[in-house]
Amino acid sequence: MPYDRMLSRRALLRSAATTAAGLCAAALPVRAAGPTVVGFIYVGPRDDFGYNQAHAQGAAAVAKMAGVKVVEEEKVPETADVQKTMGSMITLDGATLLFPTSFGYFDPHILKVAPQYPKVTFLHAGGLYQEGKHPKNVGSYFGYIDEAQYLAGIVAGHTSRSGKLGFVAAKPIPQVLRNINAFTLWARVAKPQTTTQVIFTGDWALPVKEAEATNSLVDQGIDVITCHVDSPKVVMETCERRGIFCSGYHASQATLAPKGYLTGAEWNWEGVYTDFVKRFQAGEKLPNLVRGLPEGRHGQDVPLWDSSWRGGASAGRSSARTVDGGHVCHLQRTVAIQYRGHHDSGRRGVDAD
Amino acid sequence: MRYAKQHEIVVAWCLSAGALLVSLLVFGVFVACSGANPFAAYALMYRGGFGTWFSWQNTLQRVAPLILTALCTAIPAQLGLVIIGGEGALVLGGLAAVVMARHVPLGGPWLVQVAMALGGMVVGGLWILVAGALRHYRGVNETISSLLLTYIAIAGFHHLVEGPMRDPASLNKPSTAAIGEANMLGMLPRMDVHWGLLYGLLACVVMYVLMSRTVFGFAARIVGGNVRAAQLSGLPIGRLILTGCFLAGAAAGLAGMVEVAAVHGRANASLVVGYGYTGILVAFLARHQPLAIIPVALLLGGIGASGGLLQRRLGLPDAAVLVLQGILFVVILASEALRDRLQLIGRAAS
Repeated sequence: MPYDRMLSRRALLRSAATTAAGLCAAALPVRAAGPTVVGFIYVGPRDDFGYNQAHAQGAAAVAKMAGVKVVEEEKVPETADVQKTMGSMITLDGATLLFPTSFGYFDPHILKVAPQYPKVTFLHAGGLYQEGKHPKNVGSYFGYIDEAQYLAGIVAGHTSRSGKLGFVAAKPIPQVLRNINAFTLWARVAKPQTTTQVIFTGDWALPVKEAEATNSLVDQGIDVITCHVDSPKVVMETCERRGIFCSGYHASQATLAPKGYLTGAEWNWEGVYTDFVKRFQAGEKLPNLVRGLPEGRHGQDVPLWDSSWRGGASAGRSSARTVDGGHVCHLQRTVAIQYRGHHDSGRRGVDAD
Repeated sequence: MRYAKQHEIVVAWCLSAGALLVSLLVFGVFVACSGANPFAAYALMYRGGFGTWFSWQNTLQRVAPLILTALCTAIPAQLGLVIIGGEGALVLGGLAAVVMARHVPLGGPWLVQVAMALGGMVVGGLWILVAGALRHYRGVNETISSLLLTYIAIAGFHHLVEGPMRDPASLNKPSTAAIGEANMLGMLPRMDVHWGLLYGLLACVVMYVLMSRTVFGFAARIVGGNVRAAQLSGLPIGRLILTGCFLAGAAAGLAGMVEVAAVHGRANASLVVGYGYTGILVAFLARHQPLAIIPVALLLGGIGASGGLLQRRLGLPDAAVLVLQGILFVVILASEALRDRLQLIGRAAS
């Protein structure tokens, strides 16, 4: 079992397999011969250490494939501009497969453009496709990243000394609420009285508000913070500056918070996109709706904090079993130290029990 | 008198063209420093903005909201006020349009669209009227008050759209309910550009006629030129300022209605994308002349449309377009100082 050694540090979401619910295999148009031009459209900057960077990393993996040319455009707002961007990629660049990655691109923009170019395939990140209602050359894919967020919650629950966790969220939409609930509920597996203080900043990219929210959470005695905003960069850096732990989202922010970054719920779009493009190049029918669950490995194994970090002897091995949808996860409480020897960094530490 | 006016217009156009050339030169230096070929950038900007029919439609699509929000700054500027609250009036106008479409029991789509336009204009107009009233009755600086009112408007908009007015079916992207497919503004015949473009062009022409051919416009320009002279002449300054502000807000509110009715079909956070702020830029570049707003909006629309090609072919960041807009702004403002000098020289020579 890959889980019973150590809990992985980065909980990656591998969405290569399809799920039982909502898999429709409608026919999608087959591309013509020649170098395949694949277009990616982002709503924010490519290097935001968050949502858009995760997709850009996927695009970079696709660019390495043979016979594929990737065109990318960043910071395209969710207005008629994206319709023109998609049209421009198709008419001026000859793109045959498009990945408009922002949620708000689907309705009405993709739905308006797709019928105009029936030979082009539009794959949208958001899971909104409905069979019979939407054009056949449109498809959706997404992943249950709240499943990864629950693992992050377990890590956070174990790490937090005060039992108070923090969550900086953008808007109270279902996707965000699932993440908050997953994070909190499974942190309670580690520590039953854990609470999560949530602050909604109101929009997806408000760096000043995110910094203010993080600071205010830390001032309340919270020692592990995670977030669901487009770019967790500000939250991670603020946590690092304030000397507490943090858990990432969308992509890896480990380099931003070298001391306090615990783990994160990340997308693995590299696997999904290369798989899609390979199938597209081979002329296969692409499924119209793909939703991924975490399955298989959880990426690179990285050890957790050691209770001997607090100067005490290790409390012996204890393991908690969590069962979710057939995955069984053994957690080890005491493992090797991660902090490279910084015992007295002043950081609020690990639970001793 | 006529000769001097022609001379002034020629000078103004030459200066604008010269400023544009200088801006492009400076932008070329920036592009070269970013590691790309400036001439390739110029070629791509032309191709992306005006090179193909698709590019033209791309540009025209962007022009529509810009013209209307530029009027929101240009009209009060002729009155001597600097109002930068177009964004707030736009979002509230869009929201009002949705309310009118859904709650006013009317007949066919034409009536609903007229009602939406009226609703958007009235609400937008009232919003900027607040800034004008604060300025006239209390002496509050209208630039600051209109900007702060924008923040209030956007906050109120988000609150309403995500709260009381939210469509329960819009889960992951909080929006109001749709206005209905039948009530949406269609596309111009044989073009992929919506009718909002015509609304904008019409508004510009109407405002031009208003400001330069009517008594109201004449009185307003006196107030803008010399308030003391206007007072001595007995002009109703308060009424002029309030009317001007209302008209400005109405233009921005109409822009909001056009965005809702032509693009989105409902009001949500995608309305708040900065058309109001770009409109300020357009108005200043056009020196607050309603007719000059059209070519300037075309220029900025073309720059925005070509931004995508610059990103994809040259690998420039999206901010390159913003850099060009900023350079343009600075150079044209600097050329204002030159204009007076050149006119003096012109008069001395003749």
